[in-house]
Amino acid sequence: MNATTAQPLEANAVIDIRALHTRFGKAVVHEDVSLTVRPGEIFSLVGGSGCGKSTLLRAIIMLLQPVSGSIRVFGQEVIGLGDEKALPLRRRWGVMFERGALFSSLTVAENVAMVLREHTQLSAALIDEVAALKIALTGLPADAGAKYPNELSGGMRKRAALARAIALDPELLFLDEPTAGLDPLSASGIDELVKNLRDVLGLTIMMVTHDLDLLWRTADRVAVLDKGHILGIGSMNELSRLDHPLVREYFYGPRGRAAREQAWKKK
Amino acid sequence: MTALQIAKLVIETDTASVPPSINVRCAGAWTVRGIAPVEQQLTDVSASSARELVLDVSAISALDTAGAWLLHRTMHMLAQRGVKARINGLRPEFNTLLQLIAARAETAEPVAPVRVGLLASIGQHSWRSLLDFSGMLAFIGESALVLLRSLARPHRFRWRPVLHNLQTAGFEALPITGLLAFLMGVVIAYQGADQLQRFGANIFIADLVGLAMLRELSPLLTAIIVAGRSGSAYAAQIGTMKISEEIDALRTIGVGPQELLVLPKIMALVIALPLLTVFADAAGVLGGMIMARSKLDVSFDVFLDRLGEAISMSSFLTGVGKAPVFAVIIALVGCFQGFQASGSADSVGRQTTVSVVQSIFLVIVADALFSVVFNWLDI
Repeated sequence: MNATTAQPLEANAVIDIRALHTRFGKAVVHEDVSLTVRPGEIFSLVGGSGCGKSTLLRAIIMLLQPVSGSIRVFGQEVIGLGDEKALPLRRRWGVMFERGALFSSLTVAENVAMVLREHTQLSAALIDEVAALKIALTGLPADAGAKYPNELSGGMRKRAALARAIALDPELLFLDEPTAGLDPLSASGIDELVKNLRDVLGLTIMMVTHDLDLLWRTADRVAVLDKGHILGIGSMNELSRLDHPLVREYFYGPRGRAAREQAWKKK
Repeated sequence: MTALQIAKLVIETDTASVPPSINVRCAGAWTVRGIAPVEQQLTDVSASSARELVLDVSAISALDTAGAWLLHRTMHMLAQRGVKARINGLRPEFNTLLQLIAARAETAEPVAPVRVGLLASIGQHSWRSLLDFSGMLAFIGESALVLLRSLARPHRFRWRPVLHNLQTAGFEALPITGLLAFLMGVVIAYQGADQLQRFGANIFIADLVGLAMLRELSPLLTAIIVAGRSGSAYAAQIGTMKISEEIDALRTIGVGPQELLVLPKIMALVIALPLLTVFADAAGVLGGMIMARSKLDVSFDVFLDRLGEAISMSSFLTGVGKAPVFAVIIALVGCFQGFQASGSADSVGRQTTVSVVQSIFLVIVADALFSVVFNWLDI
C-alpha cells in the first residue's frame, strides 16, 4: 500500500490518539478524544467553527501541549517529546497551514528549497530542480517559483504552501483548511491534487476542512467533532446515516445535500 | 542512517563492446534523504563517453519524487547527448510516479534569479531614493492638508490616540531620558572640572553644564532617545498594519489612515518632546551639580546662584524651542517609513531601521541649521 517506505510501520496506525484532554485556561477544548489514522488513508476532521479541529491538529504536530492523554505518531508518543527527539518525527511529516505561512522574505522556490537545504545533503542544483518539480506538482506555473508570496493570489499561495509541505516527501501530510478561501475551480484542483498525492506517493493525509465537496470526493474516513467530543467516525456514507441532529444538519442542510448529490453524480 | 535508507549505485562497464556500454545497477532507498551519495556518481556516468547505458532499477526498495526526479533527469541528460539509455526492472508503482514526474517535468524549470549589473544597480538605487524623496514630500503635504481639515473641524479631532501616544511616547520615556541626561550632566562636569580647576575658575562649572545641556545636549539627546523609542515603534506599527491590509481596511471604512494614525502621533510628540526636554534639562543640571560639589567643592546654593546668572531665558528657549521641530521630523519620518513597507516581514524591519537612521540624521542636520540661524540672529 505504501510505496515509498521499505520498512513496515512499527505500529499499524500512523496517528493514534487516546483519551486526549485539552484546555485553554478554563475553557475545555477536547474531552476524551480518541481516534486512529491508518496508513495510506485520507482522514478528515470536521465540525463547526471553534469545535477544536485546528487545536487537535496543533496538538498532534506538537505546537500545543494537551493536559492529558496520549498522541502517538508513527508509534512514537509526541506529548512531552523534546526538540531533539522530535526532529526525526518532524522530518517525516509536512504541514500546510491555513493561511499558507510562507516565509514572506523568500520567493516560493526558496521557501521550498529552504526545507531541502536544511534537511538533505543534495547539491544546490538538484535542490533547485526538486523545488521546481514540487512547485510544478502542485500545479503552479513555472514562473511562480521566482515570485514572493505577497505577489501571489490566495489560491496560488495555498498551492505554494502545499509545495513546501511536500518538499521532503513526507509520509504524513497535515492540511489545515486546504480549500478555504478558494474559488470552486481552484478548490476542485486541490481535491484532485490531494487524491493524486495519496495515490502516487502513498501518503497518509490528515486534514481539517469545512469543504463538503472536498470531503465527499477525497476523504476515506471522517471524524465529526463537536464541543470537544467526537460525535462519530466513519466514511461519509456511514456518517450521513448517523442519527445525531448536528450531524444530520451538517449533511442534510442545503449545502450538504448539494455536495452529496454532486458526489453521487461523479460516481 | 541504516543501509536501507541510502541509495546505492554499482557501475559496470562492458569494455568488450565498442563503443563501451555501461550497466548501472541501482539499489537501496532512492528518497530525498538517501540520494545524496549517488547524485555525483550519476552525473559522472551521464557525462561519460559510453554510447549505450542501462539503468537497472529492480533493486530499488523505495522511490519518492526526489529519487524519481534524479532518474528522470539522468535519462533526460543522456538522451540530450544522444546516448541510448533505458530503464530496466521498474516496478509498476514506481512507474506511475516516474510518469507523473515526466509529465510535470516540462513546467518544472528552476527559475534563475535575475542578476543586476553595477550600473543598473546604481540607477535603480538612485531612482528609488528619488521616489522616496518625492514620496516624503507628498506625505508631508498630505499630512498638512489633513491637519488643516482637522483644524477646520476641531470637534472631530481624535483626542484619545493623542493621549495614548502622550502616555507611551512621553510619560513612559521619562525614566530613560532622565537617567541619560543625568549621566550626560555628570560626564560634562567631570570633563570640565579638570580644566576649570587649572584656571581656578571652579564656579564656571555652572555655565558649562547649564549652557551645554540647555542649549544643545538635552534637546538632541531627548530627540535621539525618542527617535529610537517611538519613531521606530511608529514605523513598525504602521508597517505591520500596511502589510496585513489594515490600512486598506481603514480606507474602505472611510477613515483616513493619516487622520487616525499620523496626526495624533505628530500632535502627541510635539507636546511630549519639549516637556521631555525640560525634564532632561533639569536632570542634566542635577547631574552636573552633584559632580560640581564632589569634585570642585561648589555647593548647590552657589551653583544655582551662578546658574541663574549664566543662563538667560533665551538660552533655555532656544533649546526647548528646537524640540517641536525635532518632534515633527521624528513622527513624520517614522510614519512615512511605516507606510513604505510592503509585502514581507523583512520590509517592516528594513523600514523601521531606515526610520531611526533617517530621523536621527535629519534631527542632527536640523540642529546644525538651528545653530547657524541662531548665530545670525545673535541669540
